[in-house]
Order: sequence, then C-alpha cells, then structure tokens
Amino acid sequence: MPVIVNNEKCTGCETCLSSCPFDAIVLKDGKAYINEYCNACMTCLSVCPEGAITETGARTQGAELKQKLEEYKDVLIFAEQKDGRVVSVSFELLGAGKRLADELGTKLMAVLLGAGEPEARELIKWGADKVIVCSDPELEKFNDDVYSEVLSRIINEQKPTIVLAGATPIGRSFIPRVAAKLRTGLTADCTSLEIDKETKHLLQVRPAFGGNIMATILCPDYRPQMATVRPRVMKRGEYNAGRTGEIVSVNFENIKSRTKVIEFIKEVSEVSVNLHEADIIVAGGRGIGGEKGYKMLSELAEAMGGAVGASRAAVDEGWIPYSHQVGQTGKTVNPKIYVACGISGAVQHLVGMQSSDVIIAINKNTEAPIFNVATYGIVGDLFEIVPLLTRKIREVKNL
Amino acid sequence: MNIIVCIKQVPDTAEIRINPETNTLMREGVPSIINPFDLHAIEAGIKIREQLGGKVTVLTMGPPQAETSLREAISMGADEAVLLSDRAFAGSDTWATSYTLAKAIKKLGADIIFCGKQAIDGDTAQVGPETAEFLDVPHISYIRKIAEVKDNYLRVERLMDEGYDIVESSLPVLLTVVRELNQPRLPSLKGKMSAKKAEIRKMGMADIGADENSLGLKGSPTQVKNIFAPEVKAERKMIEGTPEEQVDNLIKELKEIKCV
Ligand SMILES: Cc1cc2nc3c(=O)[nH]c(=O)nc-3n(C[C@H](O)[C@H](O)[C@H](O)COP(=O)(O)OP(=O)(O)OC[C@H]3O[C@@H](n4cnc5c(N)ncnc54)[C@H](O)[C@@H]3O)c2cc1C
Ligand SMILES: Nc1ncnc2c1ncn2[C@@H]1O[C@H](COP(=O)(O)O)[C@@H](O)[C@H]1O
Repeated sequence: MPVIVNNEKCTGCETCLSSCPFDAIVLKDGKAYINEYCNACMTCLSVCPEGAITETGARTQGAELKQKLEEYKDVLIFAEQKDGRVVSVSFELLGAGKRLADELGTKLMAVLLGAGEPEARELIKWGADKVIVCSDPELEKFNDDVYSEVLSRIINEQKPTIVLAGATPIGRSFIPRVAAKLRTGLTADCTSLEIDKETKHLLQVRPAFGGNIMATILCPDYRPQMATVRPRVMKRGEYNAGRTGEIVSVNFENIKSRTKVIEFIKEVSEVSVNLHEADIIVAGGRGIGGEKGYKMLSELAEAMGGAVGASRAAVDEGWIPYSHQVGQTGKTVNPKIYVACGISGAVQHLVGMQSSDVIIAINKNTEAPIFNVATYGIVGDLFEIVPLLTRKIREVKNL
Repeated sequence: MNIIVCIKQVPDTAEIRINPETNTLMREGVPSIINPFDLHAIEAGIKIREQLGGKVTVLTMGPPQAETSLREAISMGADEAVLLSDRAFAGSDTWATSYTLAKAIKKLGADIIFCGKQAIDGDTAQVGPETAEFLDVPHISYIRKIAEVKDNYLRVERLMDEGYDIVESSLPVLLTVVRELNQPRLPSLKGKMSAKKAEIRKMGMADIGADENSLGLKGSPTQVKNIFAPEVKAERKMIEGTPEEQVDNLIKELKEIKCV
C-alpha cells in the first residue's frame, strides 16, 4: 500500500478510520490496517495523533527535478474545431486559461489544428497571446494518431506548464495519448481549476464515484500539468476585437496514421442531439410513456429552443435513441436549463445533469429524488403540464 | 484472433452512500461488480471469437478479490483470465495503470484489445487510449458497432456528438466500447462450471518486466490532494396550484431569472 501503519506506534484509537474518504482503513488485531481501497490521498497522515501512519517510498523531488519543472512556463489550450469552425468549449478554455496565465504571470497559447488564420485571429480576440496553427488539410478531420503526435511535438517545443483541452469526445479520446507520450499526469473532466497560492501548482477539481464525491488532483512532479475540462463550466473570457497577438504557422511531416475515418454519418433526428452544446435540454424518462410522449417533449424543446435528452429507462424502452441519453453511461451535460419530465432521479441520471444552472422537475410522485436537485419542482401529470407549458412559452415568445 | 479484454472490478456506485458527518464513502455492503461498460467489451470479444476463432483473455489489475470478476467473465464465455496483482501496483493513477496493463498485454500478445469507454468509479475514460499509446498501437474510442474484422483489418463505427464515424484500422488495435454496441450475454450453466474450475493466471511486477519507478504510487504523476462532498443546490421551490397556475408561476419565475 502507498501508506503504512507503524504497529508499534498505533494505539488502535480509531481516529483515522472515519477520516478516510475511501473507507480504506479497518481495525485488525487492535491496530489500524490499510486495505486495497486506499487511493493514496494521504488524509490519514495528519490525522493520526501518534504519527503512526507514513507514506511508503515517498516521492523524491530533488533540485534537478525542480529545475526541469521551471523550464515549463506558459499556459496552452487545445482549440478544437469542427468543419473549420472553432467550437464553443475552446472559448471557455481561453477564459480559464487566461485567468490561470494572469495569475502565473505568463502567456496564453492556443493550438489550432485543421483550421486557418481567420479562426486563429478569433482566438487572439478571445484572449490568446499566441496561436500555433497548422492548416494542413490532413488535420481537418479528427484523427487520434495524427492529432496526438502533432500536439505532443508542439508541447515538447513550447514547454507549457499547463495544458487544457475540452472534455469532449475528441479531447477525451486523444489527450490521454498525449499525456502518455509526455510521461505526465492528466486529470479528466475537471469542473474547477485554480492555482495553489503557495506552490503555484494547478489544483484540478473533478467529480468521481459517479458524482458522489469531488476530488482535488495535483500533478506536482511532472510537467505539463494536463486536464480536460468539462464543457460549459468555465466562463468565456472577454472578447476584444482590437486585441493583437502572434500567429505561428507550422507544418508537420512524417506523421502516419494507422486509422482512417472513411465517412461521418450525421444521425437524422428531428431535434438537435448536440446535448453538450445546448443551452436548454428537455429530458424525458419512463414517465413519458412512449414515442408519443417523446414527440410532446420535442415540441416543448422546440418552443424553448433546446435539445431533447432522456433517461436510460426511456432509451432502454426504445422510445428515444441512445445518443440522447444523459447520465453515467450516457452524456454529461451542463445546460442553463434542464427540464426533467417523468424522470425519477436515480444517481446515475443525476451525475449527468446535476450541475445544470436551473433544473425544473416535473413528476407526479412527490417523493421522487429528482426534486432534491431541482430548482423548481412541479408535482403533476406531465401530460397536462408539458403541453400547457409549450403553449404558454410559445405565447410569451410570440411564436 | 487473440483478443484481450481489460476489465475493472468497481463498487456499484448506485449503492455508494456518503457519510454526511465525515464526508467519506461508506463501502460496507456495497457490492463489487464488473464495470458495466466492460461487460459490453467482453461480449464483443466473444462475438469475434465465435466468428473467427481464437481466444479471449480477460485481464484485470487489482486486489486479489478481483478474481471473482475474472471468473464471472469466464462464465460468460471468456477462455482465459489473468490477474495482475502486486503491492507495487497500489496507488496507480491512469498513467501507471495503463503502463502496467500495456506491459502485461505485450507479454501476452494480442490482435485486438478491448476496454470499456470508462470505469464508473474513476470516470476518467483515459486508461484505454493511454494503454494503446504504451503499446504503440492505434486506438478507436466509443465503438458502437463492429462492422467487419479480417486478419489485418477492421472497420467500426465510432459514436460522436451528432452521429457516428466509420473508421478503419490495421491490427493490432485497441477499441473502447459504449453500451450501444451489444447486449452482454448472461453466464451459461456450462460457463459457470468452467468458471469454478478455471485457473486464474497471476502476474506481478517481475512477470511483466516492469520498471519499478513507473508503477503504483511512485509511477503516478497525479496525486489526490483531498476529497470533499459535492455542493448541494441551494434552495428548491415547489410550485403549487392547478396545472395552469403551476405553469404560469413557473414562467414567471423563469422570466425573473431571465431564463425565458
Ligand atoms: C451501471 C448503471 C448505469 C446507469 N446509467 C444511467 C444513465 O446514464 N442515465 C440514466 O438516466 N440512468 C442510468 N441508469 C439507470 C438508473 O438507475 C435508473 O434506472 C433510470 O435513470 C431510471 O429512469 P427514469 O427516471 O426515466 O425511470 P423511473 O425510475 O421508472 O421513473 C419514472 C418517473 O416518472 C414519473 N412519472 C410517471 N408517469 C408520470 C406522469 N404521467 N407525469 C409525471 N411523472 C410521471 C414517476 O413518478 C417516476 O418518478 C444506470 C444504471 C446502472 C446500474
Ligand atoms: N485496473 C484495471 N484493470 C483492467 N482494466 C482496467 C483497469 N482500469 C481501467 N481499465 C480499463 O480501462 C477502461 C477505462 O477506465 P478508466 O480510464 O478508469 O475510466 C475500463 O473500462 C477498463 O476496460
């Protein structure tokens, strides 16, 4: 285990037992015993009144290592594009990146692959000091092999101390390869990023265990510190049309890909399924009763200008395609408004939507757990409420 | 076809509760299950073997009791099982886990490696792609359909935000799978019998020829600094009245916070 108990010193006082976030300390023969659930969070070390718990094989941070870390300075974000247009999460990364760069007193860089200089200039207006752009047509379409190789080379040259990318399907697929190549840590799906005042390390906060707990992750001895960032959590920075910066065009040769995208097939759906980007999501669960209920939701979504989401139950029933599923085994979403209709609010569903700004729950069961996370709760029959709501919103909006 | 499926034993997060006083996880009585995504990976491996022959090996890195998950995979139809267990592996983050899995996979040899999209405890979705990088093989994430597999070629569908990509790759390749891919089979009676008798191959640090400094806590670049409970939503407003009134009041509220 990463942590060890000195049996001579341990008095069996049990103080450490309840301190362990992972329930990984038990009492065995009157002494504390660390079991395999230990996540090496080191909480117990400072709790033990006898100082009986210590770290095994403590990490070494020699002067040499320190110097190496200091070579890494700037903040770099990966600006994702789709069909040549920068996607929304990239602007959020610029907002977060700028804040971190200012705090560290360094520059903010952006890497843009597969798009041109006009987009690069936009990134500067949104806060980047320098944009490294590679407009090679090979990079227009996302490819894990090529993207990870190109980004790794750029990072090796630029030596940023922080690298951020969106926790989108693309970011979460190829950024881990980059971290593995660079022999550094990567924190997935972060919802908050701060600089530690003393050490200047990046404090990366993310949900774990199905959203039951939050963890702060550090990467103290390796650089860069890398994180994917949940879309729609970070604020965009300020747009300044007069802002100037440096644009560097680069080319890459000798990068081969072992995989090839033959074709992208857009799934035909009456309503948008891009749940990651939607401001408003109207979601239905088992309570919507069938495809007819789904149609009713689509109408509300249309009136509100949003997308349609679903619980797993509605997907399993075959009423709504899987691409709409929200939750642990579906998508994690973060809209301004989430309307949950006929959804009970199982934890696996909640983890996918509970960070939405405003949650409206419509359910006929007063006890449904969805009401625990709701901003507004309506106890009632959704077959009455939803059409009414659709009609009145249309009236308000003059549709 | 040599197929390796990486599976992880996880606590059933549906059952996990938080101790409200200490903000810590309560594991007592929480069952351990095979990570749900990994069940789809096992099913995919078995399907390919049924079609093309070969063998399916399930591989897990974890404590000794992870053996029960390996046996469960055998009861579904996997041929062999390998348990990577060593005190030196304790405290691994995704980097060290992937390094360790890759070392073992190199030793075992594989044409196709399957992983789940993500594990429901850590929710990182990083181990698949990182393992592929350590193996120096390509990977394709979020597989929702396997359209064709041949000796040195496969074609699959990758689920993306607004549709899917049709992607082809040479072998060996690592695939991470989503639920849409298939319906995992239940263990058969015969499978349960073989699971009971099956010999689980155990491997430690020395068996996979791993570098000690890349393992476990020592090899992990990331550290968990602290754990805390998620913020709960401040107040909730229940909107009462007739359906008509409820809807009117809701719209009023939404207007107030400028959401309509
Ligand atoms: C490993 C694992 C992963 C999972 N992943 C996910 C996931 O990603 N996403 C997900 O959503 N679930 C997931 N689940 C499933 C989850 O546990 C629940 O089973 C599911 O979310 C329930 O869906 P539901 O709320 O639509 O259905 P139910 O729990 O059946 O709830 C239906 C609700 O509708 C209400 N209702 C019925 N009729 C009406 C009406 N006319 N008017 C108003 N209200 C009505 C009922 O009161 C009830 O509260 C997962 C489960 C497991 C084990
Ligand atoms: N300890 C492990 N042993 C075997 N496979 C693992 C382990 N951890 C993760 N995996 C595999 O990697 C996938 C993604 O896990 P994660 O990156 O932790 O979300 C899982 O679905 C498994 O297929």
